[in-house]
Amino acid sequence: MRQLVIWLPALSLIFAMAVDVLVENSSKYMLVKHSYFLYLLAVFFVVFTAIAITSYFNDKAKSWLAEKSLFVAVTFLSLNIVNVVTKKLGLLPVIYFPSLDKILGVIVEDREFLVLCLASSGKLLFTGYFFGAIAGFATGIAIGFSKVAAYWVNPLIRVIGPIPATAWIPLVLISFPTTFSASSFLIALAVWFPTTVMTSSGILNVQNAYFEVSSTLGAGKYYRIFKVGVPASMPHMFIGLFNGTCASFITLMTAEMLGVRSGIGWYINWQKEMMAYANVYAGLIIIAVIFSILIVLLFKLRDSVLVWQKGVIKW
Amino acid sequence: MVGAIKIEGVVKRFAQQGAEDIVALNGIDLTIKAGEFISFIGPSGCGKSTLLRLVAGLGEADAGTLYIDNEEIREPTYERGLVFQNPMLFPWLNVHDNVAFGLRARKVYKYNKAEVDKFIELVGLSSFHKSYPHQLSGGMAQRASLARALVNHPKVLLMDEPLGALDAFTRMNMQDELIRIWQERQTTMAMVTHDVDEAIYLSDRIVVMTPRPGKIESCIEVRLSRPRARSNPEFLNLRSRILRILDFAGQVKEPNYYL
Repeated sequence: MRQLVIWLPALSLIFAMAVDVLVENSSKYMLVKHSYFLYLLAVFFVVFTAIAITSYFNDKAKSWLAEKSLFVAVTFLSLNIVNVVTKKLGLLPVIYFPSLDKILGVIVEDREFLVLCLASSGKLLFTGYFFGAIAGFATGIAIGFSKVAAYWVNPLIRVIGPIPATAWIPLVLISFPTTFSASSFLIALAVWFPTTVMTSSGILNVQNAYFEVSSTLGAGKYYRIFKVGVPASMPHMFIGLFNGTCASFITLMTAEMLGVRSGIGWYINWQKEMMAYANVYAGLIIIAVIFSILIVLLFKLRDSVLVWQKGVIKW
Repeated sequence: MVGAIKIEGVVKRFAQQGAEDIVALNGIDLTIKAGEFISFIGPSGCGKSTLLRLVAGLGEADAGTLYIDNEEIREPTYERGLVFQNPMLFPWLNVHDNVAFGLRARKVYKYNKAEVDKFIELVGLSSFHKSYPHQLSGGMAQRASLARALVNHPKVLLMDEPLGALDAFTRMNMQDELIRIWQERQTTMAMVTHDVDEAIYLSDRIVVMTPRPGKIESCIEVRLSRPRARSNPEFLNLRSRILRILDFAGQVKEPNYYL
């Protein structure tokens, strides 16, 4: 039984490959240059066979496989079903639901252009995110520590904060010189709000005793702010940054679909208008992968900054 | 010798919503000699912690004045170190950085690096200097917070039930540790405690306070040589005297049967 579990991914892949090769294609299937789906399955077959063999003498691979093999097998089975539905049976309208061969083909054949789009999106995202996060920290720290700042800035945050950044698009696109500056402003705005709110609430939640202790240890005002208040509110700040990251993705995509003439969001919108749905799916897959990677990186950063608070907050 | 404290006519009230102000301290007069070990004892609400906080410079008295070495106390400084019942270590710093906090805050760390290790060793945490507070036991954390206050060489060490959260054995060890540090450093020590035995074991003088309004009931000199034995008859005498002042002794009745 255990042996079978270890080989499940490979078996699922063999089955998928067999179906792809042996079953006749639907008459509606539009031929592509290469059967990319088959190649992908083959690559994964090699990978998972290697892992399965490794697991016989490596405990790490063994425990990983024991946990994940069922999930992996079912994932490929699902892809297999999609392949059967679109390519073999042609059950869905081919124009909106292209075969996996076609979608993978776009990623391979259009890769240079897609990389350009990604670079353009990335530049926009990071510019906006950087300034938004900095501004968020600054505002959050200011209203967390200064009653005057809280008095004047809090109402502003309460009014402006809940407006989705994307609602400003009509105004922002005409008031900024370039679409790049306009969109990075929007992303910054989207990141700024949650970062500000969580930073200031983090600071307000710091136990007063920490400030008292630090003042009896000889800490001045600024030392208390930056060496006690800021680190103590880090866990909250990261929640703000996480929310800001999600908001920045939404804003990026919307901005690119509405105004900016480059980037992955623009690519998807443009391909949709050309009725090239395979390209739309390819774009979506790329977005999914890139955004998950960014989120994972943020979590890794959080874990390394917040080693000290193991078990305090989990999310 | 430095670290003499004078408290003159101190009154402290706390505003209460929809009720009369609570008088936490009502006309406190007290002089603490430099290098003295003094304890404050009394039931909850007698204002002993409030008094300690005023000496630290946290908060202002509504009337009266506090002096340290004839200088008025206005704000907290490192010269009056404070140790809470809860160790209040900064959880984002490891033991070493927690202890070094005061030196860094005062920008004197680079001249006193060795001090940090010396005090960590003094409280017996050398092998834990890289540990984070969440990895320490309660007693270890309290010792670290003691080292954090001591590394600043305060003139006065104020302790608000520093050993209250510890188990009996750790507690007795820490009491001996405190005595050792005090004898070595000659720092003025002022400690709030609930524990009569602890007060007698440690202090030169015990200030017994009563609540509503918080005031000093009496000051008791402990004229026992050190090291003190907890079973000494004079020790036990003092103990029952303090309990009587606190009204815990009650009427001693003849037991109606003997086991």
